[in-house]
Amino acid sequence: MKTDWQRKDLLSIQDLSVDEINTVLDTAAAFKQVGKRTIKKVPSLRGKTLVNLFIEPSTRTRISFELAAKRLSADVINITATASSIAKGETLKDTALNLQALNTDIIVIRHSAAGAPHFLARLLKASVINAGDGAHEHPTQALLDALTIREKKGRIEGLNVTILGDILYSRVARSNIWLLTKLGARVTLAGPSTLVPRVFEQFGCRVTYDIEEAIRGADVINLLRIQHERQRETMFPSIGEYTAMFGLNKERFARTKPDALIMHPGPINRGVEIDSEIADCNRSVILEQVTNGLAVRMAVLFLCSGGQMSEP
Amino acid sequence: MKPLHIKNGRVIDPANRIDEVRDVFIVDGKISAKPPSDGVEVIDATGKLVAPGLIDIHVHLREPGRGDKETIETGTRCAARGGFTSVVCMPNTSPVADNTGTIAFIKQRTAEVGCVNVFPTGAISKELKGEELAPIGSLRRAGVVAITDDGNCVQNNELMRRAVEYARMFSLPVLDHCQDYNLVADGVMNEGYWSTALGLRGWPAAGEDVIVARNILLAEQADWWIHCQHLSSARSVELIRQAKKRGVKISAEACPHHFTLTDECLKTYDTNFKMNPPLRTERDREAVLEGLADATIECIASDHAPHCTYEKEVEFDLAPFGIIGLETELALSLELVRRKLLTLSQLIEKFTVNPARLLSLQKGTLSAGADGDVTIIDPDPEWTYDVEQSASKARNSPFHGWKLKGRAVVTIVGGKIVWQENRVS
Repeated sequence: MKTDWQRKDLLSIQDLSVDEINTVLDTAAAFKQVGKRTIKKVPSLRGKTLVNLFIEPSTRTRISFELAAKRLSADVINITATASSIAKGETLKDTALNLQALNTDIIVIRHSAAGAPHFLARLLKASVINAGDGAHEHPTQALLDALTIREKKGRIEGLNVTILGDILYSRVARSNIWLLTKLGARVTLAGPSTLVPRVFEQFGCRVTYDIEEAIRGADVINLLRIQHERQRETMFPSIGEYTAMFGLNKERFARTKPDALIMHPGPINRGVEIDSEIADCNRSVILEQVTNGLAVRMAVLFLCSGGQMSEP
Repeated sequence: MKPLHIKNGRVIDPANRIDEVRDVFIVDGKISAKPPSDGVEVIDATGKLVAPGLIDIHVHLREPGRGDKETIETGTRCAARGGFTSVVCMPNTSPVADNTGTIAFIKQRTAEVGCVNVFPTGAISKELKGEELAPIGSLRRAGVVAITDDGNCVQNNELMRRAVEYARMFSLPVLDHCQDYNLVADGVMNEGYWSTALGLRGWPAAGEDVIVARNILLAEQADWWIHCQHLSSARSVELIRQAKKRGVKISAEACPHHFTLTDECLKTYDTNFKMNPPLRTERDREAVLEGLADATIECIASDHAPHCTYEKEVEFDLAPFGIIGLETELALSLELVRRKLLTLSQLIEKFTVNPARLLSLQKGTLSAGADGDVTIIDPDPEWTYDVEQSASKARNSPFHGWKLKGRAVVTIVGGKIVWQENRVS
């Protein structure tokens, strides 16, 4: 299988073509098979150095990238803001130039500032992978969500996907919106009007504040956490009210399509945006998303390093 | 200093309603009606425009305190190159210009190293904190031409009210950077489609409009001048337009970046497009142009805001607001004449007689006896702005590499040539 992937960086889904998205998904599907073998490691990135530069806290994404790199035989270094010279006042530019001086091949960056990966990509010869930048994008999350939907539903085109919750501050929502609309899904956004402004209609989505209506016809329901760390304080009255108005409880769940998938990028807040039992039910694919995340990240690292799919 | 004979230029002096080819003489630093007798330096201005020295009423010279960004020396050289013979500098220096000592320092440095006229403003409030009034009367005596908390905006409406009432006693206009802190919070760009797409926090137009409306009400009540700085939103322009119709003492300025660029420019996260107020939508840009065209907005100013390169080479959220603008301002504004939004006279007005009148400066005219400040403009040549060649210490311009048309070729301050194209000064 030959790919036409030409990018050294993965900064956003908005930039990607449908072909590029499908290339990542197909490559990820192949890597997923590798994860089922007894020996889970392939030599694709042997001799390459990857730095996980996590300026904003993360568990899932960092571990996923680290493991993906290790499965590809890369050398991995993890840097977090508190345990680096950034805490001593070093700028991101200087940190990055130091990493370049060490001949780093790939920098995976998570940052609270939107655009930080673009800034690094302009500055560096190394590949830059966006692992989440502020409220902008989280491209690998959208790709792993798409892989999960594709596996479960066999397609993305024509599906009704509802994204529910804090859209305004969510990079996951933005990456998902770009990806799903490019691949022909119908995207509905729902949540409190302060967190789901009408401006999102300009992205090709439907916006509604009627949660019952939003979930009724959905093939996929993607729940988002309230991003307290990015929010202004006046966005909605209380967590209790949010749960009452927009939480996916059993009563609402009962009115969804019987085969509707329940997704969540994590970390989940049980009893807030999602009822605890629903998170664990057989229609919930939350943990499969995590498994697919590893495959997607292997694919992205592989492709951005110039890999061609003959190997795994 | 030789007397000057500026020959055969198209003289545009809106204060005197002059727009015709004639000669201008400067003798002993003053405009003279009669030609000087001998020892004259002749400047051939054939095919050029001869205007009263241009005034920029909104610049940051950064001195005292941030001489690494800009100094009075470099900032005024930058002004001279851009065709400006007078600049009005903002008080957000370190220390803040809320005391007579700082004003005296600015005046002294200007006398020592400044190559154009520098008119300082004083703070409205102590340390620009918006809590207590600065010693406005003493600042007036020290020579400020207006008061402003620019960079900050007085949030306390009662304090603003008293500032306007008090400043009126000294005939000092109040200049205001219009920004409601609660509405804007930590916004870094215009709130709208692009902020949503880029995931950057929004600075809503309403955050400006609310304060413009507040200022209109307070100016009306105090019957005294509040000047709204750097209008960027359509609604603000409309508010000012309506207020002027009922005779409120309210005025406004616009910056070239706000009438040239929109928030779409931010899509590369280039921090040289980060300014405050932010670039807004095409609709807002057009409204600012309409405001300039129908004289709702009577001044054009640069909001020249130099920053060190290292300060701008950071994550977008962390970069300081502001761009330099003195060298690109005239060319970007001449575009309004080429697009027939303004006549040349109307444009020159916004750089001369209008700001002079607002701040009671004895400037902005070529009347006999006036100060010999003259800007000679060649409206035709195309040139490319290379920020690396800027006279400013700073390099933070979004117009680097832009093809521009028209520029100042000679800048004369008090009869002295302070900038001349192709001449090493």
